[in-house]
Amino acid sequence: MFKFKHESLETNTGLLLVGTMLAISIGGLVEIAPLFLIDDTMEKVDGVRPYTPLEQRGRDIYIREGCYTCHSQMIRPFRDEQLRYGHYSLAAESKYDHPFQWGSKRTGPDLARVGGKYSNEWHVQHLIQPKSVVPESVMPNYPWLIETPLDYSDVGARMRALRTVGVPYSTTQAEYDQNVKEFGAEVAVQLHIPDAQRNLVKQAQEGNFDGDRSSISEMDALVAYLQVLGTMVDFSKVAPEDLVKFR
Amino acid sequence: MANEQQTSQGVQTTGHVWDGDLQEFNNPLPVWWTYGFYATIVFALVYWFYYPSWPVGSGFLKGMGSETYVNAQGEEESWHWNTRAKLLRETQEAAAQQKPWFDKIASLPYEQVTKDAELSSFVQSAGRALFSDNCAGCHQTGGAGKIGHYPNLADDNWIYGGSFDKIHETIAQGRHGYMPPYAEALDAAQVDALAHYVLSLGGEQADAAKAAQGKDLFHSHAAACYYCHGNDAKGRMDIGSANLTDKVWLWADVPGAADTAGKVAAVRKVIAGGLDSGVMPAWEGRLSEEQIRVLTLYVHELGGGK
Repeated sequence: MFKFKHESLETNTGLLLVGTMLAISIGGLVEIAPLFLIDDTMEKVDGVRPYTPLEQRGRDIYIREGCYTCHSQMIRPFRDEQLRYGHYSLAAESKYDHPFQWGSKRTGPDLARVGGKYSNEWHVQHLIQPKSVVPESVMPNYPWLIETPLDYSDVGARMRALRTVGVPYSTTQAEYDQNVKEFGAEVAVQLHIPDAQRNLVKQAQEGNFDGDRSSISEMDALVAYLQVLGTMVDFSKVAPEDLVKFR
Repeated sequence: MANEQQTSQGVQTTGHVWDGDLQEFNNPLPVWWTYGFYATIVFALVYWFYYPSWPVGSGFLKGMGSETYVNAQGEEESWHWNTRAKLLRETQEAAAQQKPWFDKIASLPYEQVTKDAELSSFVQSAGRALFSDNCAGCHQTGGAGKIGHYPNLADDNWIYGGSFDKIHETIAQGRHGYMPPYAEALDAAQVDALAHYVLSLGGEQADAAKAAQGKDLFHSHAAACYYCHGNDAKGRMDIGSANLTDKVWLWADVPGAADTAGKVAAVRKVIAGGLDSGVMPAWEGRLSEEQIRVLTLYVHELGGGK
């Protein structure tokens, strides 16, 4: 019979590698795998939808500029956080986020519910020069966002990439009809990949996020994204004790 | 592990030897450390029994701990311990503690709240926290505002009205200031004349001839400034048009300009470009009615109110 000897593990690199990986994976298996099996992981709430093409491009810029290194998007269920930032974040609210932006490093405030808290003008001014509106801020200036035209030529391809990881952007009429059922006609239009560029231009011009309708800047996209954060679920229609039961 | 040996100092070794004489000592751990380790195992067992722990199939062990809170029907309800249930209980307990204060503020007319010293100090401390979290981003700490962007709340000048009801309306429903751009309707000389007139209204130095020409334009159909700003140029609070006859500047950075030319340029910019950015978000929904009332009182006190 095989007799385990520590020496055989220590003197065989390949075996040590496999053994190390097995030992490390236990943590992941115990903490992550059950979440896929447990029924009550994802809350059942209305309103959560995938991002529109413009918001999605804004999210790309958010990640490109490294906003996540200082800002989390995860309000934890504690009283102090609820008082400052609003209702705690739900798992359902980031189900279309790939990758999610939860984070745990807050040099700046949490942004999970920043949508609607400030005007578009404030966001533009704040992103160009944060100290001009918040004197004690240590956030750097991002003046190029308003000067750089948004490259949206590949927005359809970006949406197709997200589609492969499960975001229900539609390419066919059948998928579109499915989205109408799931999200309503108004949202379904925004999720249709063949119309992505047209939808992006339309939302940017109607929303006038950067205060200049004549062109679409990266600022338009980023502000559109910031303004939708945390606004999809109407918490006046959710009983707090129902959310308790999803933990 | 096999053939364990003793070193010359009497310490046990693992028996591993490298380079002929490099040995691995096998000293026992300190006793306190060993018992500390056992204690963590006992702690883990207690933890597993009390808190939600192991996954089982499509569910998990809920643990013996529980939290009790009040549900939407007003009934007491218990659920196994979790952070959301704990938060709900704590929120309700805190609300119950603050209830006597908020109830008074909600039931009393604003004027009476300001006369009650105890309530006023509650408004000052609760209001300051709310203001810092929600309002100071734009209106700045202390409500000083920012010329060119956000109105000063600490002065005696109110764009939409400084009564309690008007301040409440502004906070709850938000505001959207708008002025059409005149760059196309008027030519450069006309905009220049209007700028001189507006400066003269505010007591600033201006070219008298141009100001007189601007005054005619102000009351003419071509520019029709009087339509929003009124015949007396004192503005209309119901639509939030600015009072042009005082020395308070919000959109045109006149106080920041070095000379008359700079002041004219600042006013010209507003007339030519118009305004579409004076947006204050609506706070109804984000803040509770009680919180909006506290903020109304706080903001009213900042500027002395009307």
